[in-house]
Amino acid sequence: MVWATLARHLLMRPPAAQAAEPAMAAAMAARLQQAGQHRLGRSLAIRHVAAGSCNGCELELRAIQNMIYDLTQYGLSFTASPRHADILLITGVAARNMAEAVRQAREAMPDPVLVIAIGDCAVDGGVFKGSPAITGGAESILPVDLLISGCPPAPAQIIEGLLALVEAHGVESLAKD
Amino acid sequence: MTPVKCSESEWRNLSGEFVALWTSAGQAYALFDKGLFSTAVLDGGYPALSPRYPGADWFERLARDLNGHTAHGLSPARTAIEHFRAPDGSAPWPEFSVPPGEEVHQIAVGPIHAGIIEPGHFRFSVHGERVLSLQARLGYSHKGTLALMRGKSPRLAARFAARISGDATVAHGIAFARAAEAALELPVPPRAAYLRAVMAEIERIANHAGDIGAIAGDAGFAFLDARMARHRENFCNAAYAAFGHRLMMDNVIPGGVAGDIKTAGADEILRALDALETELPALTRIFEDYASLQDRLVGTGIIPHALAEQYAAGGFVGRASGRANDARKSPGYAPYDALEVAVPIETDGDVAARIRIRLAELIESNRLIRQSLAQMPEGQIAAAPPSGSGMGLGVAESFRGPVWHWLTLEAGMITDIFIADASTLHWPLLEHAAATGIVADFPLVNKSINASYSGVDL
Repeated sequence: MVWATLARHLLMRPPAAQAAEPAMAAAMAARLQQAGQHRLGRSLAIRHVAAGSCNGCELELRAIQNMIYDLTQYGLSFTASPRHADILLITGVAARNMAEAVRQAREAMPDPVLVIAIGDCAVDGGVFKGSPAITGGAESILPVDLLISGCPPAPAQIIEGLLALVEAHGVESLAKD
Repeated sequence: MTPVKCSESEWRNLSGEFVALWTSAGQAYALFDKGLFSTAVLDGGYPALSPRYPGADWFERLARDLNGHTAHGLSPARTAIEHFRAPDGSAPWPEFSVPPGEEVHQIAVGPIHAGIIEPGHFRFSVHGERVLSLQARLGYSHKGTLALMRGKSPRLAARFAARISGDATVAHGIAFARAAEAALELPVPPRAAYLRAVMAEIERIANHAGDIGAIAGDAGFAFLDARMARHRENFCNAAYAAFGHRLMMDNVIPGGVAGDIKTAGADEILRALDALETELPALTRIFEDYASLQDRLVGTGIIPHALAEQYAAGGFVGRASGRANDARKSPGYAPYDALEVAVPIETDGDVAARIRIRLAELIESNRLIRQSLAQMPEGQIAAAPPSGSGMGLGVAESFRGPVWHWLTLEAGMITDIFIADASTLHWPLLEHAAATGIVADFPLVNKSINASYSGVDL
């Protein structure tokens, strides 16, 4: 069994190398180099909270971690604990049943915290606007630093948005120095 | 369609396979494999079915929380969606029952979970590493979707149907459209039926690939995760090229589909299918050959056949436990009647069996897409829904099982609607399956069933 497997692996050709869109990757990495590192060191940790989504945005958030988009190459990664997080990333409407949990997640994070709302629902409630079961978008629970619209936004849009925020805050802190 | 009206005693003695239950202004409805039954709601109450059909429990709690209707005989302990209603936002936690025994303690998880997933609260009662019981408390992502759909035309309400569960947006779109089409007796152009099938099978492949990889990743096998995520990405890109949206949201509309397939998109789909077909045998061998991976998956989270039958488990959950059900075959709908769907079956009922079913379905869906593209009829892609009245029931086989949509229309407007995702019957099975193993196996068991939160929170 072991030999058969070993032999097969020796005979198998490796899958063709897959590259991310090189232009996009290079442009984003360059921007990050300029702006983010000054203020934020080399990495930012993201705590994601689904506050009432349909799970569409979660699919695309998982996609930005695959080998094509590879979020970690920009120094951004997801973390399980809010105590380790710099960014609170909210998807979905502000469901009344989740408001308390979102507030507690924010309180558990060390300042400074950047809050990002991803997807039309988190921006303003999206198609669910006006439902009595929700209070609106993420901003109805917390002040939000960045809105990324789309239903759901494509992975490249999400990464663009995240880097734009890092950039803006990097420039801000440069100006203060 | 008209449901079979039942007296209170006939209702109590309904037999067959329980599928769903909901209430409307004056009626309670029960969907069985044999058909749709109704009984009067008197003084805000109706007889509970949950004592005989445990799967009815969640539906009865939903009916209570959404419509204020009491199921007489339902144990009142758990709510479906009525959480955190204290004005100060404080959380009145319910009592979670603890199994008897010394040194039993509880692990509370959620509503915010560790990964990138939807919210829900899990309460484990454990003895050492062994899970004695799991109670899931859901309803956190309740958005009031059903209420928003009332008073809208089917075309307008389709946007909400597409957002019941984002990973099954096409399947829910189809089930909703079919319910509206049934109520209005509106025939769908054959080309539209084929385009729906192409989208539904792309959705199935994308989800199966992503989940198989994620389970392997959770067992510490990053290579399978990376390769499967790559294939998922291929299909999302192909869906974008063919239908203009990576998840194909809002492409299914009552009467047909919103847009035709783009020529370049069809080629992109075929390329994604070729890439998957080429690599799948090697990936399957890796899944089967590596003892350390199999050790985590074989015998883990077993759902016995009898339990699957009791809850009428659908999709890969039912098929891994010896149930042959597939809505594409029975009751069946166009164009699958012309495509001869092969349904794989396993009997082990564990995590490994659920993965094997999904691996087999990757191959079958691959074939179905190729066949649909090859024999796609020419013609219109949508018919305009007339402004009629009636009641309609529609089903579609999502990647995780059948999704049912029921609605009533008056003068072209939805007066009432209910949506039953396959997850509603799978959540109790997860509770059972989790209690067969240790805490560390829970992520594998959970992912292998992958019940939707949004799909049951509504």
